[in-house]
Amino acid sequence: MLTQALFRALDRKAIWLVAIFVGLAIAVPALNLLVPPGQFGHVPTYMVSLFGKYLSYAILALALDLVWGYCGILSLGHGAFFALGGYAMGMYLMRQIGTRGVYGHPTLPDFMVFLNWRELPWYWWGFDNFWFAALMVMAVPGLLAFVFGWFAFRSRVTGVYLSIITQAMTFALLLAFFRNDMGFGGNNGLTDFKDILGVPVQAQTTRVALFAATALFLALSVLICSMIVNSKLGKVMVAVRDAESRTRFIGYRVEYVKLFAFTVSAIMAGIAGALYVPQVGIINPGEFEPGNSIEVVIWTAVGGRGTIIGPIIGAILVNMGKSYFTAALPEYWLFALGALFVFVTLFMPKGIVGLVGQARAMLQKRENRQAPPDQPAAPARSAAAEAGIDAQPKPAE
Amino acid sequence: MNDAQDTMLYLNGVSVAFDGFKAINNLSIIVRPAEMLAIIGPNGAGKTTMMDIITGKTRPDAGEVYFDGRTDLTRLDEAAIANLGIGRKFQKPTVFESQTVWNNIELALKKPRGIFPTLFYTASKADIARIEEILETVRLAHRRDALAADLSHGQKQWLEIGMLLAQDPKLLLVDEPVAGMTDSETEETAKLLKSISVTRSVVVVEHDMSFVRELDTRVVCLAEGSVLAEGSLDQVSANPIVIERYLGR
Repeated sequence: MLTQALFRALDRKAIWLVAIFVGLAIAVPALNLLVPPGQFGHVPTYMVSLFGKYLSYAILALALDLVWGYCGILSLGHGAFFALGGYAMGMYLMRQIGTRGVYGHPTLPDFMVFLNWRELPWYWWGFDNFWFAALMVMAVPGLLAFVFGWFAFRSRVTGVYLSIITQAMTFALLLAFFRNDMGFGGNNGLTDFKDILGVPVQAQTTRVALFAATALFLALSVLICSMIVNSKLGKVMVAVRDAESRTRFIGYRVEYVKLFAFTVSAIMAGIAGALYVPQVGIINPGEFEPGNSIEVVIWTAVGGRGTIIGPIIGAILVNMGKSYFTAALPEYWLFALGALFVFVTLFMPKGIVGLVGQARAMLQKRENRQAPPDQPAAPARSAAAEAGIDAQPKPAE
Repeated sequence: MNDAQDTMLYLNGVSVAFDGFKAINNLSIIVRPAEMLAIIGPNGAGKTTMMDIITGKTRPDAGEVYFDGRTDLTRLDEAAIANLGIGRKFQKPTVFESQTVWNNIELALKKPRGIFPTLFYTASKADIARIEEILETVRLAHRRDALAADLSHGQKQWLEIGMLLAQDPKLLLVDEPVAGMTDSETEETAKLLKSISVTRSVVVVEHDMSFVRELDTRVVCLAEGSVLAEGSLDQVSANPIVIERYLGR
């Protein structure tokens, strides 16, 4: 059963993507560690970490695409799942500091000593163990998504109302994590990490290994998403997106389909956050900022929603643009992002990936016009189908 | 409850009001196994609301709704009712436009509807044969790989009927199946529905009188949420109240 599903998942496009990211996971560390600095082909370590960050964003965008592009749920709160995964990882990294903190307390992180806490709160227990933390990276966002989705989808909250409450969810978490007495470092968040799995976080080899782990997990995410969307369940998800009540009347429990997609997506987002935190060295409540979640939607729309590769391309390109802009013209970044979103919505409804189909359809149209009338012209839409674009992914109402 | 025995669908004294407006008013209708019933009536007579009540979209304020003589439909939701064996075709053809004709039928095929059985589903030979058979029946075999969005209006209607067949229901609720069809297509649809009603119960809502005549079956005329007249089409259309309230205008 599983092997068949796996076989179906590995269509040609998915194989290429998986191969590319596995290749990157090997090639980039090799180019960084084996080619001496200054020589042609060397990839500087700061670049490795920067792209590691982009790839973790790509996982987040792919996770959002699973619910938005395929299932029609426009979540404007996916940044919250990312941040929760990041906090779980941050808590593990805090516990690894041990006595090397400013106050040298053996168990309490610095901010707790500063706030005169006497002992570790119960929800910090176990986070000194990596595997427990890794479990929490998935369990906390997954559980929140499950409970949130259970209530929202069963009450049939859809469309813009759902988007608004997901936005409210991330905003509520933002406010909660800002509070010092929550025990998550308040405004400053968690930072000053020293070790991960016994090796220093800042070491060149660790940073390269984190990049490789991110690329490999992105490959795994592609595989999982591809397996889901190529299965019959994936077709049901698209059916829910396009005609929810029809799906219900042929006997599918739409709320469970949505709940499945939402929970899987939240777990993916949590892992993305956990891979992000050690590479940037900090997690603070700013990650819950509603604007962050909206940016994820823009990456996905720019790349092309309802495709596997689209959100990955979108996340990487938009963030490269952001890195450039915020250095060169910092005041203009938000204007550029807004303009990009408007442009994509108006002229590239299927994103960058859709351009291939659009261009082919246009070429075909021109050919058809030139073709002699006795030759039946091929229908223009087959071009889009060849390019593997889902016809008309509708916006979430 | 005894009255409901040996019926496929049993509605007794059903009423529902929206903001004080009685869309359905003390409606009682019985459909027997392997029987076809045609429902006619003016706009706003409550035909679609009746279908909403049977399929669990709307809860009645009063009255009994039983399926297959024993199952109380007022307690179940849409998915549960669909899985009991009630299939519904909408007034406006509703198919999954961005998916192929084949996939539309495959999605509707009677199979476990749970998340994990669906995730790991692989079509068996029997399933493929069944889908091919249904596509033959609804004359879409040559368009199996086309997107549903690219079908003509009439073909979409037929695809939706094909999806109903794939569900293998005991009772089919068919809302205006021939809207937008050519005369020959209408004729074919009447034949198809009649052949379905040999083994299953079918409720057809339709405005097209010549189509209802072709169905040649028991007719109920609804008006203002309750039954106005019942009998053969000739009896119903000769009824003076029906002429005044519906046909005459």
